[in-house]
Amino acid sequence: MDNEIRVGRSPARHIDDGQSLLVVDDLKTHFAVAAGSVRAVDGVSFSLARGRTLGVVGESGSGKTVLSRSIMGLSTTSNATTTGSVRYAGDEMIGKSSKQKKALWGTEMAMVFQDPMTSLNPVVTIGRQLTEHVRYHLDMGRKEANEVAIALLKSVNIPEAEKRLDNYPHQMSGGMRQRVCIAIALACGPRMLFADEPTTALDVTVQHQILNLLAEQQRDRAMAMILVTHDLGVVAGRTDEIMVMYAGRVVEKAPTADLFAHLRHPYTQGLLWSIPKITQPKHTRLNAIPGRPPNLIQPPPGCKFSPRCAYAQDICRTEEPQLRSIDSPDHVFACHFPVGTPEGEAAFQANIAAEFPPALAAVGKLRASEAVAG
Amino acid sequence: MAGSGTAHLRPADEVLLQVNDLVVEFPAGRGQSVKAVSGISFDVARGETLGLVGESGCGKSTTGKAILQLPRPTGGSVILDGEDLAGLDHEEMRTRRTRLQMIFQDPISSLNPRRMVGEVVAEPLNVWGPKNKDEQWNIVARILDKVGIDPGPARYKRPHEFSGGQCQRISIARALVTGPELIICDEPVSALDVSIQAQILNLLEDLKVEYGLTLVFIAHDLAVVKNISDRVAVMYLGKMCEISEADELYANPAHPYTELLLGSSPVPDPSVNIEDIRVIEGELPSPLAPPSGCRFRTRCPFADEQCAAEEPQMRRVGEDHFVACHHPLIEPWTDGVVAEAAVRIAPTPDTDAPTV
Repeated sequence: MDNEIRVGRSPARHIDDGQSLLVVDDLKTHFAVAAGSVRAVDGVSFSLARGRTLGVVGESGSGKTVLSRSIMGLSTTSNATTTGSVRYAGDEMIGKSSKQKKALWGTEMAMVFQDPMTSLNPVVTIGRQLTEHVRYHLDMGRKEANEVAIALLKSVNIPEAEKRLDNYPHQMSGGMRQRVCIAIALACGPRMLFADEPTTALDVTVQHQILNLLAEQQRDRAMAMILVTHDLGVVAGRTDEIMVMYAGRVVEKAPTADLFAHLRHPYTQGLLWSIPKITQPKHTRLNAIPGRPPNLIQPPPGCKFSPRCAYAQDICRTEEPQLRSIDSPDHVFACHFPVGTPEGEAAFQANIAAEFPPALAAVGKLRASEAVAG
Repeated sequence: MAGSGTAHLRPADEVLLQVNDLVVEFPAGRGQSVKAVSGISFDVARGETLGLVGESGCGKSTTGKAILQLPRPTGGSVILDGEDLAGLDHEEMRTRRTRLQMIFQDPISSLNPRRMVGEVVAEPLNVWGPKNKDEQWNIVARILDKVGIDPGPARYKRPHEFSGGQCQRISIARALVTGPELIICDEPVSALDVSIQAQILNLLEDLKVEYGLTLVFIAHDLAVVKNISDRVAVMYLGKMCEISEADELYANPAHPYTELLLGSSPVPDPSVNIEDIRVIEGELPSPLAPPSGCRFRTRCPFADEQCAAEEPQMRRVGEDHFVACHHPLIEPWTDGVVAEAAVRIAPTPDTDAPTV
């Protein structure tokens, strides 16, 4: 049960062993725009077992949201092309008609979106939004569906659930609305839940409540969950495995404890170092990653992170690293000079000696006004 | 929390900004009013950064705007350098605005999308600076360079051509161009990715030193506030709970609300057991009819009859640490006697908090 999630570039490694609920193989989603093709998701492979939680982490524009939407088949814009394979419970998702997908949405896989303000219909009562797909999928009468809705609202800890059915979304707070969104997602008992930045729009106190609620529901219902976020703090204690994405690709994936204990990719390290921590004294200089994510139409050659990377050497700018592992086969990363290895350390020291800006930023010696270049 | 009182204020000659008993209410129809800020007092010393934290709806942004008299507070005084801004008429207030500037949360919507960056940043100079375009551009180019935007290419671009982080840098440049003493930063990094957030926090620290700025930094993220602040004030439903030197507040929270807030903050460390953390139950009560006595009592694990009947006043619990609570988590500070809790606190060498 320890290696439910595997990552690699070779399709042969992704054989459905019966354990995996979801097997994604070499998934690519490209958007055609006037300037070329935006490679939002560019060859992602992994598998997820029943009842497990995978955290997907990355900056804005790393492709994490497009990834979860592509898996569900929600990339509906006409300029999007999705290739590769997504097998859900042994069944290929790519190429399914909307009618076939509609039968799966809600009943098998469901999604909780980032913004609870806009993902609910403002002119329809909570009760109707909750019962709509219950009645459609489970063929229930109005009365029976209302009882289900009340039970659902209670299960997501909404007080006075009976009265809430007649409320409109604007009569509820952000946290309450997100609870309603979760109740809607859970209504038909899906086996796979996607939570796309479910707490980014909420306060820390409410965030904690919502994340606890998701964890509790996931445990009770033995659902698999993909938790998409930009905050490593959110996924640290709540996932079995973490996948770090950069520019549409997986750069590192490992069991959660292993990732934090022996992170290998300089990008993961940069993300972790960028977060201010409560345990640090005030005015601690943050080791920010300089620059910003690359243009996905014409990404830099070689490793896409190389222009911002403190460890980058000449080979990184010409040759793209492939996913590999050193000690544990579950922990894979795509880097020529991984963190915590002699070659990585040598590359880092050489870059500091050469006053390479990203390396100076990593040791807190770069002025903030210079940190934009890259 | 929920407290009033002024025990935590420092002598007026040591501070740049003093806010006394600030009240902001908004009419809500039917004779009701939203009590956004209900009598808070604090001060900010020159060159200091004060962090204001709390949940949405606690009145932290309203406080920031009330300092700038946008809108004018319902009651209380805002004293900048010995002068009460609340007592000034519109025209007088206008002339003081060069000394006070603000940076907003959403960097993209706070810049006019139809104007070029060169114009956006020069706009304050049209009112207060040299009118000659070349002179203006010299100032603007120097400031843009300081915030890490290459002035040449940026001059004729529009905000949509920049990323969120770059737009926030441009907003900062616009705030700096009149040479202000005090900048109110209203959630300046909460719309940004962690990597960009770190860049902006570092930038604000650099600029603060370079220009000798005083900052009021409003945010809901406790770790961000600690990183940038010298002192931190915790707000709840329009009242001040606790104010303290930053390291001390996080090491020894005295108010139950502060402790719960600290527990809710996500920590990037999988060894922290989430099940052990106490969570704040429920939600913020309505500011139309806030609870009597201590406003936090409806969610507080220690609340009793006294909390319902009597509003707690600010009292001292440490060297530079004040709390408004009937049941603080650390012993009150008694004059001359070092309280038990205070002994546990390691002295911080870089503390610039004055001894009262």
